[in-house]
Amino acid sequence: MKKKETIFQLLMQKPWDPAQAKIDNTHDGETLNLSKGKLGLRYIMVVSSIFFSLFIVTYSDRLVFADWQQMPEPLLLWFNTLILFISSAIFISTQTASKNNQFEKVKQKLLIIGYLALAFLLGQLFVWIQLINLGYYVSTNPANAYFYVFTALHGLHLIGGLVYWLMTIRKVWIPSDIVVANTKHTVELCAIYWHFLLAVWVVLFGLMLFS
Amino acid sequence: MIIFIAIVLVLVVFGVIVATIYPRRAVSVALALVIIGSIAFHFWTPWWWTEVASNWGNIDDTIILTFWVTGAVFCAVCLFMSYCVWRFRYSEDRKSEYKPENSKLEWILTILTTLGVCALLAPGLIVWNKYVTVPEEAADIEVMAQQWYWNFRLPGADGILGLTDLRNITDENPFGINLDDPNGLDDILIEGDDLHILLNQSVKVNLRSIDVLHDFYIPQFRAKMDMVPGVVTYYWFTPIRTGDFEILCMEYCGTGHYAMRGRVLVDEQEDYEEWLSEQMTFEEMMASIDKTDLIQLALNKKGDN
Amino acid sequence: MTADSYEDIAANKGDVIPALEVPPQDLYHARSFWTRWIFCQDAKIIGIQYSITAIAIGLVALVLSWLMRLQLGFPELVPFIGAAEYYQFVTMHGMIMVIYLLTALFLGGFGNYLIPLMVGARDMVFPYVNMVSYWVYLLAVLVLVTSFFVPGGPTGAGWTLYPPQAITSGTPGGDGLGIILMLISLSIFVVGFTMGGLNYVITILQARTRGMTLMRMPLTVWGIFTATVLALFAFPALIVSCIMMTLDNLLGTSFFMPALVEFGEQSEYSGGSPILFQHLFWFFGHPEVYIVALPAFGIVSDLISVHARKNIFGYRMMVWAIVIIGALSFIVWAHHMYVAGMNPWFGFFFATTTLIIAVPTALKVYNWVITLWKANIRLTIPMLFALAFIVTFVNGGITGLFLGNVIVDVPLSDTYFVVAHFHMVMGIAPVLVVFGAIYHWFPLITGRFLHEGMGKFHFWVSFLGSYAIYFPMHYLGFVGVPRRYYEMYDSEYMTVSTNYLNQFITIVALIVGFTQLLFLYNIITSAKFGKKAGKNPWKACSLEWRTPEVPAGHGNFGKELPVVYRWAYDFNVPGAKEDFIPQDIAPNQVPEAEAEQT
Repeated sequence: MKKKETIFQLLMQKPWDPAQAKIDNTHDGETLNLSKGKLGLRYIMVVSSIFFSLFIVTYSDRLVFADWQQMPEPLLLWFNTLILFISSAIFISTQTASKNNQFEKVKQKLLIIGYLALAFLLGQLFVWIQLINLGYYVSTNPANAYFYVFTALHGLHLIGGLVYWLMTIRKVWIPSDIVVANTKHTVELCAIYWHFLLAVWVVLFGLMLFS
Repeated sequence: MIIFIAIVLVLVVFGVIVATIYPRRAVSVALALVIIGSIAFHFWTPWWWTEVASNWGNIDDTIILTFWVTGAVFCAVCLFMSYCVWRFRYSEDRKSEYKPENSKLEWILTILTTLGVCALLAPGLIVWNKYVTVPEEAADIEVMAQQWYWNFRLPGADGILGLTDLRNITDENPFGINLDDPNGLDDILIEGDDLHILLNQSVKVNLRSIDVLHDFYIPQFRAKMDMVPGVVTYYWFTPIRTGDFEILCMEYCGTGHYAMRGRVLVDEQEDYEEWLSEQMTFEEMMASIDKTDLIQLALNKKGDN
Repeated sequence: MTADSYEDIAANKGDVIPALEVPPQDLYHARSFWTRWIFCQDAKIIGIQYSITAIAIGLVALVLSWLMRLQLGFPELVPFIGAAEYYQFVTMHGMIMVIYLLTALFLGGFGNYLIPLMVGARDMVFPYVNMVSYWVYLLAVLVLVTSFFVPGGPTGAGWTLYPPQAITSGTPGGDGLGIILMLISLSIFVVGFTMGGLNYVITILQARTRGMTLMRMPLTVWGIFTATVLALFAFPALIVSCIMMTLDNLLGTSFFMPALVEFGEQSEYSGGSPILFQHLFWFFGHPEVYIVALPAFGIVSDLISVHARKNIFGYRMMVWAIVIIGALSFIVWAHHMYVAGMNPWFGFFFATTTLIIAVPTALKVYNWVITLWKANIRLTIPMLFALAFIVTFVNGGITGLFLGNVIVDVPLSDTYFVVAHFHMVMGIAPVLVVFGAIYHWFPLITGRFLHEGMGKFHFWVSFLGSYAIYFPMHYLGFVGVPRRYYEMYDSEYMTVSTNYLNQFITIVALIVGFTQLLFLYNIITSAKFGKKAGKNPWKACSLEWRTPEVPAGHGNFGKELPVVYRWAYDFNVPGAKEDFIPQDIAPNQVPEAEAEQT
């Protein structure tokens, strides 16, 4: 019995009413039409979005003050952004391969994505070193502080994603061990999280560019 | 105080007697006694607010109104509960009523509660509106807090407080007054000493802190506001009786928070003017410092910038 | 379509739905001692682990409160407590109680144990993550405890950790490791509770058994569910403020730090806003108190209905009230900041929203009390605690109305009125519910009752004692006695008898405190030697009492998961023989009353 009921309708039910009871008796115990994994991922994405949003709100409040001084944009940052776009693109083709049960391809693509992620993280680190050498310390200016905070937190989220990536690639590593439905699900979740991190980066980067 | 202890004892003894005669009803009686005791405590308590010394007596009135409205609800709910516990005590042959809901009753209660809430909120917001609207005739004074004592600055003869900047603060210029601002020269400075204010003259208290959060409060004046470093906050009041009042810091500000005390004296016109004439202005304070030191200071500042 | 009368309900003979058997590989199986008892993925064990850790650290906070009260009442007895130590005790007591005890106990302790059992699941949906969440919580507690032993000691900034004082040298722990360890510990805690919260929410939404609709769940589950959703949205604000303050302290950024002169020295900071921290902190902090209160509301509804042998009155309204209170709790936060120096116009807005939130809360109180009307009340120890909860919660909630009305908050803020308010409404009322809940579910967890004599003594002393502590304390607030004062010495505006009241409160606090040790003794000894309770001794309707084994075994419900045919409150249904019908009894299996009964 799948539900298209709104929260309002759900909460207006009278559970003691015999007619309602008859309908309820056949309820399968699920409120939403989502797998546990998907719901769990959404939960994490919501928490993460609120987390970043709070930083963004305080950032927007702060930048109106006179002492705000924009940071330069090293070319490397644009390059890193490109890496994230490429990773997402590869993930899309990985999902197609996964849907078609081509797990050898999935494995290869996942490996590439892993390398790209590492390249991104190293790239971000290089950007930091570049900026510090140019004298843009974290404490000099709020714009600097926010830049380092944004990049650090995004990077940490990516590292967390790499942990899940590890779990995903383990599932396709040995061809004979693959549990098809389970693996497809995991690949899909990993992909969604990667797209999410790309979206977060686009928002943060865009915000910093335009202020 | 004695009356208070006597009431407590009477209630306890009464409770014990009833509990002994009606052991099965002890809980219900105890609950009722807690309520009755609370009410009695309220009416006979020796611990009550200080006698108001400012125009904010209407805050007290709002509190009294809140007591009546909420007190009625407290008594009604808890005494009703006590009654239910008495009347519907468990018995094998009792069947409780099976009634999952009564929409009408719930709506009535919702509306009554909302009305009660409005009865509290409306007067409260009216008084708050007064609180945040400083009257035209209010005289400015500044309270500058630091760990862990109070400083005051009066605008002096021109009635205007000079501009200040935190970066100007030195031992010689503890208030950080802008040397370029002519309004600041006649400001009267009081460091760590008593403040005097004039009876019946409304005062806008500009609040400043140079280090951490503090809060300038005199219980008899009822009004308070935090001072936040980097911001100037304010409140206003009109003292309505003379007296000698204690200042308390009401926002935790470190280990010396409890020791951050001071005194405010409300004077009649004569006494106030006498006190005022004894105070030093900023200009006079600066003049008492060696001139060469001052020049050196100015030079050092230019070098830093 | 509704029934004409509730008598029709008994007459309804619906179909019997076949149960659902869960294939065995769905559930992990523990093999060794380590995976059975220590690194266990069973939510029941995890619940006990959370509870034991929370109570242990709570005892530390309890002792700290004794030391604080001794300093306030009889300072000559505790010469070793200086101002710095006092403020450190104040801070640690507050932070431990609110976060590490109450939140962890309600969500991690009660949530883990009761949710799967009450919704008819075998375990939480992500048992491995659930297990890790406990160890992360334990790590957070250990990091907090280390701050007691570092040079400079733990932070003494008050549980609210306001900058700039939290990270300046005038505050204990401010320029040392104390504040850093606190911030790190809080961040770890948030990570752990995100992992746990994930489990609670998804288990409740997706892993219920056949026939268990959301509206058939007991209110305990609704309370914990809504609280977890609140945590989802509110904890990020805490971790954001912790990160920013850590950076301000360690790296010299100026998120919260304005330019300041610290004991004569100009600082490097500039441009930050202390009020920003307060906004972030209270955006977390206010929902946090509802994260503590909502599970208590849910639990007390179940305690009252089971022990009064009557359905909770107005179940739908109760659910709505929980949800609405949860939603509204996000728009009231600045009532903690009325005198903080924020824009005065915010005062109008937040006073209005704060007083609005009083309405659904009051409705819940009315419903609890109306449940007692025409009920059949057993004055068991859980019921006693539930009654005491109502008295103390109404009292505490009402003083909240005082403080929520912005102008009334002006003289009362930062006085003992506030201290009395939040202790009554967070410290006493929910803790009484915790006690009642432990007496209620102890037979479920151990198969035995807690000792009744000790229980009654524990109840009377705790209830009357804590009421005697905090009710008069409000009047100290009216006198104007400030909070967070190490000592009050010779203040002219206070009467001498104020000190007597302080001493009275200290003595009662010590008595009540020691009685809790008796309670602990009761728990430990009754677990082994208590009177045997058998199955479902309170004759409750909800599913946790319907497990084949007591205490519930691995997988909770044996081979077949139960099927639910009714809501959780079928007490004294007209026409039924017994005064309760468990949730998983089908309509045609209800034993009927004899014909001569009316």
